[in-house]
Amino acid sequence: MKLSLVIGGVLSAAALLAALVSLVWTPYDVGALDIAHKLQGPSAAHWLGTDHFGRDIASMLMAGARTSLAVALVAVTIGMGLGVPLGLWAAARRGSWIDEGIMRANDLIFAFPALVIAILITATFGPSATNAIIAIGIFNIPVFARVTRAGALSLWQLDYIRAAQVAGKNRARISGEHILPNIANLLIVQGTIQFSLGILAEAGLSYVGLGAQPPTPSWGRMLAESQTMVALAPHVAIMPGLAIVLTVLGLNLLGDGLRDALDPRLRGRLA
Amino acid sequence: MTLLSLDHLTVQIGNLAILRDVSLKLARGEILGLVGESGSGKSMSALAVMGLLPDRARISGDIILGGVNLRHRSERQMCQLRGNDISMIFQEPMSALNPMMSIGDQVAETLMLHRKMPRSEARAIAREKLDRVGLRAPRFPLSLYPHELSGGQRQRVAIAMAIALHPKLLIADEPTTALDVTTQAEVLDLLRDLAREEGMALILITHDLAVVAGMADRVAVMQAGQIVETASTEPLFRTPRALYTQALLAASTHQPPPARRASAKPLLQVENATRTYPLPRPSAFAPHPELRAVDDVSFTIHAGESLGLVGESGCGKSTLTRAILGLDALQGGAIHLDGHPISPAIPSAQRANMQIVFQDPYGSFNPRQRVERLICEPFHLTGRPTDWRDRVAEALREVGLSPDDKTRFIHEFSGGQRQRIAIARALIIRPKLIVLDEAVSALDVQVRAQVLDLLSHLQATHDLAYLFISHDLSVVRAVTSRCLVMQAGKIVEEGPTEALFTAPQNPYTQSLIAATPRIPQHWKEPA
Repeated sequence: MKLSLVIGGVLSAAALLAALVSLVWTPYDVGALDIAHKLQGPSAAHWLGTDHFGRDIASMLMAGARTSLAVALVAVTIGMGLGVPLGLWAAARRGSWIDEGIMRANDLIFAFPALVIAILITATFGPSATNAIIAIGIFNIPVFARVTRAGALSLWQLDYIRAAQVAGKNRARISGEHILPNIANLLIVQGTIQFSLGILAEAGLSYVGLGAQPPTPSWGRMLAESQTMVALAPHVAIMPGLAIVLTVLGLNLLGDGLRDALDPRLRGRLA
Repeated sequence: MTLLSLDHLTVQIGNLAILRDVSLKLARGEILGLVGESGSGKSMSALAVMGLLPDRARISGDIILGGVNLRHRSERQMCQLRGNDISMIFQEPMSALNPMMSIGDQVAETLMLHRKMPRSEARAIAREKLDRVGLRAPRFPLSLYPHELSGGQRQRVAIAMAIALHPKLLIADEPTTALDVTTQAEVLDLLRDLAREEGMALILITHDLAVVAGMADRVAVMQAGQIVETASTEPLFRTPRALYTQALLAASTHQPPPARRASAKPLLQVENATRTYPLPRPSAFAPHPELRAVDDVSFTIHAGESLGLVGESGCGKSTLTRAILGLDALQGGAIHLDGHPISPAIPSAQRANMQIVFQDPYGSFNPRQRVERLICEPFHLTGRPTDWRDRVAEALREVGLSPDDKTRFIHEFSGGQRQRIAIARALIIRPKLIVLDEAVSALDVQVRAQVLDLLSHLQATHDLAYLFISHDLSVVRAVTSRCLVMQAGKIVEEGPTEALFTAPQNPYTQSLIAATPRIPQHWKEPA
């Protein structure tokens, strides 16, 4: 077993576990204010300390993980769900107007600065986690479409694709049966990168107040709220910062490890 | 006088012995042929001399070049040596040159680096060297880029770079394997002349015994990291001492049992097939010029027959193949298989009458599917029969593999085994015609002989017709009864293989046959 896979798996699993457990239990009520115990350092009662309203940081981090992971997951699903089929289609009809149309539309989306569009969407439809998901998801589409098309184009040159054509299979079937499994490793790696970027984007949007709205807890907003107190109680900023860094790191390591583990050519060497 | 000597050179990577006790001597101006099958350590020996082995390789023994032991040289000293005293050219002319740099600058770069020459002077010498390798001034200015040159011309540029500093030793690793026969003959002539006229020693690494026969003064035969035999060229071919050399020689001239007489029934009929491609417009409003990739081609394959199709790269073989397989439409003419017209829209039942085996045993299979699934892919055309598992097992047995191999992945097999699996895949729906697209070109001679035997056996048992496409004339000669020669989209000559090879009528066929390297006939007879 590769070390990166283990570390990545453990970190990602920890974030996921925190999110799931927060559905049924957190050490304290996430919304409960306790001004008497504000800005306390880590202690037995409050493992990670409390913020300026005396809320338990550990509880908020657990609930915030839920927001971050859900936003990133749905955004990646939107991106993959639309981007991968578009990329496969473009590659299968290389050079045709379909290919041109898909890829130029991608370029169009790429040409807009992502954060500005996200701000535009949330400004138009109101700031909420749902609108953040849609904004981040739209910008995942061209990423996946391009990766898919690039990976698929080189495969279309190979003889086993010609063999499948000789066996009478149509383009859609070849794309699903021969192309997709062979670019799955690319997509998994890209998926984990986009997932971690999604977490960062959600944190960024919440930080400027356009993501999840109070009282929904969010890592990004925790950072924003703590910034005036960094000198006074650094742990209030450090804890959500660490949560973001470790989750993103874990996801990247996991993607790396998965890519190797999923390749039958490397499977023997991992055992 | 000895220029290079390898003395009990042993190289290990991990626990794997790459080279074992290799000892060689090479005199100034001598041409040494280093032959062996893939994985025998030919290229590793060359890299050892260049000091380019992977870092984790453990080396013992000595490499002495002109009295200096290279083993105790630092990387910095080796950099001085490379290009200056030893130079190397590689198999793939497409990747050996930097596509972003003009050919003049690439040749001049070596001179500027090693001789600290000013650019103008270096370019003057580059001009001289390019002239020397046959890329003369007005036609080939220094400002050309690699993509403007053909494969053979690029290999000449690579040679010009290698000889720019007049090295004492040039190592050529399969320099002509990727080239067409006529280009191969030209490049080999050039290398021989360079060695003779400039007194440069040449190590010619190749898997092709016929190339060595026409080039080398001495030959070393490698097997599994060891040199099994070294001798002067003619005695080695006349009286090979090592068993392995004998086996290689036998395999290279192997003749599979001749096919039964083909029936008179036409199976595939190609009539006036024409396929054109539009070329880029020469100017904004000019009409697209056309490339006639397949130009009015007609021929017939009879049931159970082996037909050879020979031609150099770009002659239209691939386009014709795609049309025959019904993957691309024709613009003119017609193709009939068993009386039914062939087009991209043919029904599955018609399509099931033909299959294909490709050249590259590595690119022919989806690496993520198991052999069982790979082999039964053509059942897509006929519907998967209820006894498909038995059919897979039978197909594997027929091509000399075990039915238990069906659960393995393709990377677990060698090149020859993969080609057997490709044949099993083609065979499983019992086609009448199999197109063999350079199907044995990537295989070592011994494996190639086995696969040719297998093909011949299958043809006899299943009454198959083969369209055998190859640039390797010796293989076509060995396995086909009738042969077509294709040039620039047209069939320029057609006839019984033996007659066509012994008395070619068309000048192009004559030049192809003359350029094919061969082991002199009288070397095969007792002296």
